[in-house]
Amino acid sequence: MSAIAGEEPLLTVEALTKWYGRQLGCRDVGFDLYEGEVMAIVGESGSGKSTLLQLLSGQMEPSGGRILYRLRDGNESDIWQMSEPMRRLLFRADWGYVHQDAQLGLRMGISAGGNVGERLMGVGWRNYGAIRASATDWLERVEIDQSRIDDTPRTYSGGMRQRLQIARNLVNAPRLVFMDEPTGGLDVSVQARILDLLRRLVANLNIAAIVVTHDLAVARLLSDRIMVMKAGELIETGLTDQVLDDPREPYTQLLVSSILPA
Amino acid sequence: MTAPVYNFAYLDEQTKRMVRRAILKAIAIPGYQVPFASREMPMPYGWGTGGVQVTAAILGPDDVLKVIDQGSDDTTNAVSIRDFFSRTAGIRTTTATKEATVIQTRHRVPETALTADQVLVYQVPIPEPLRFLEPRESETRRMHALSEYGLMHVKLYEDIARHGHIATTYAYPVKVAGRYVMDPSPIPKFDNPKLSDCPALQLFGAGREKRIYAIPPYTSVASLDFEDHPFEPYRHDAQCELCGATDSYLDEVITDDAGNRMFVCSDTDYCEMRRASGEGAHQVVTGTERGA
Repeated sequence: MSAIAGEEPLLTVEALTKWYGRQLGCRDVGFDLYEGEVMAIVGESGSGKSTLLQLLSGQMEPSGGRILYRLRDGNESDIWQMSEPMRRLLFRADWGYVHQDAQLGLRMGISAGGNVGERLMGVGWRNYGAIRASATDWLERVEIDQSRIDDTPRTYSGGMRQRLQIARNLVNAPRLVFMDEPTGGLDVSVQARILDLLRRLVANLNIAAIVVTHDLAVARLLSDRIMVMKAGELIETGLTDQVLDDPREPYTQLLVSSILPA
Repeated sequence: MTAPVYNFAYLDEQTKRMVRRAILKAIAIPGYQVPFASREMPMPYGWGTGGVQVTAAILGPDDVLKVIDQGSDDTTNAVSIRDFFSRTAGIRTTTATKEATVIQTRHRVPETALTADQVLVYQVPIPEPLRFLEPRESETRRMHALSEYGLMHVKLYEDIARHGHIATTYAYPVKVAGRYVMDPSPIPKFDNPKLSDCPALQLFGAGREKRIYAIPPYTSVASLDFEDHPFEPYRHDAQCELCGATDSYLDEVITDDAGNRMFVCSDTDYCEMRRASGEGAHQVVTGTERGA
């Protein structure tokens, strides 16, 4: 845990709402996220989790509410009041986004080294040796064999691709990472290793993260706080262990009790 | 049946005005690709329609036109385009770089240094330097607008990772006036240094893709590279068999099927000039025997 009393929140969300025409995406979602804190958003399909993630990461404009992000200079800024170039810069430099399907978050035709080095080259790194060294270091950190640095992700397994995606997102030391079902579609043993990896990296680098998942076990393992969504509404929020062990809302109790015993 | 009468340089005056407006915009923003309403020309796409439209828009009755194709004045296409303008504009044409006021070129920059009263018009196939990395036009426009050029360096990184050096040998991307990344058309990278600080105006026309861009005179043009893998212009390590030049870009000519080859200047005018002034070659070779 890293939130010190008096420390300002990294992300403040107020009354966030999104309507798709007459269809509700999400309504009146509000929370604070502090540096180094991991927040899980759980819910069944159609609950609005992915909508919420798209809104928070600046990829979709909300119908109502505000998202305030604290920039590196300490000032708070409404991400939808800033210019698009500024938002895109934020997305590249300060944030990371891990897709469920690694193909969406990687360039499949570029080597692993190029994938990891792209953000560095995007912020002006011009020394090939240094870029390659950084990429090699990151491959080691995500437990990919360093000899595969020149192979394209097409030759990687699903688990390796996801690890590469994580490396690509963390290389420029983001302060906030959004993850959309990071281990969905992977088999259980690979899932376990990647979750372990994520936990360590997030803790070591003091990264705040928002993880969308339908799997409560992933939420329990990764997150400090949890938000339960149903039909676009925020049902319950609180510390992960508290909510999962002692759910107060009937829907949360239903969700927790639906987990099949191992 | 009477022969058709063409307007001066084939295009009608309204079209020329439109192209000139695009050219002015292009000069005002060096390296930025200006869209223009490319017309149907009497040659198919891929045969220099962009270059021809730019040339047609800037030609005046007193201009002297030179047309080269891969450095040579005497290939079929160079001859055809020269004839085209000769017929539709009645202007004087030449093969001598020094005499020309407008030079239209396909994929080479003349060896002879250009002067401030010359214009070099390049024929461009694909104007977008990021096209092969990012196929979406909507995305590449954003990348240019926001100066997001990380992807371009990724391509160079890939080359070094795969081949140990930057393997791009032609159409080597450049940064113009420190702002826009541009594709200088498929000129060999040997020619890239000539683009920078050039006294002549350089115009680029892509007819099929409908874009015009420009490098104003005396503009800085830097080839992209890495600090530890700097840009190096490449030239065959040989001299021209005909004129003995060691500083011009050479064409490799296969002379028989036993693998024998000879190197000759790609720029025919430069080679002729050197031979006329008595340099190099110990053999007397006439123009028609060249490369036979």
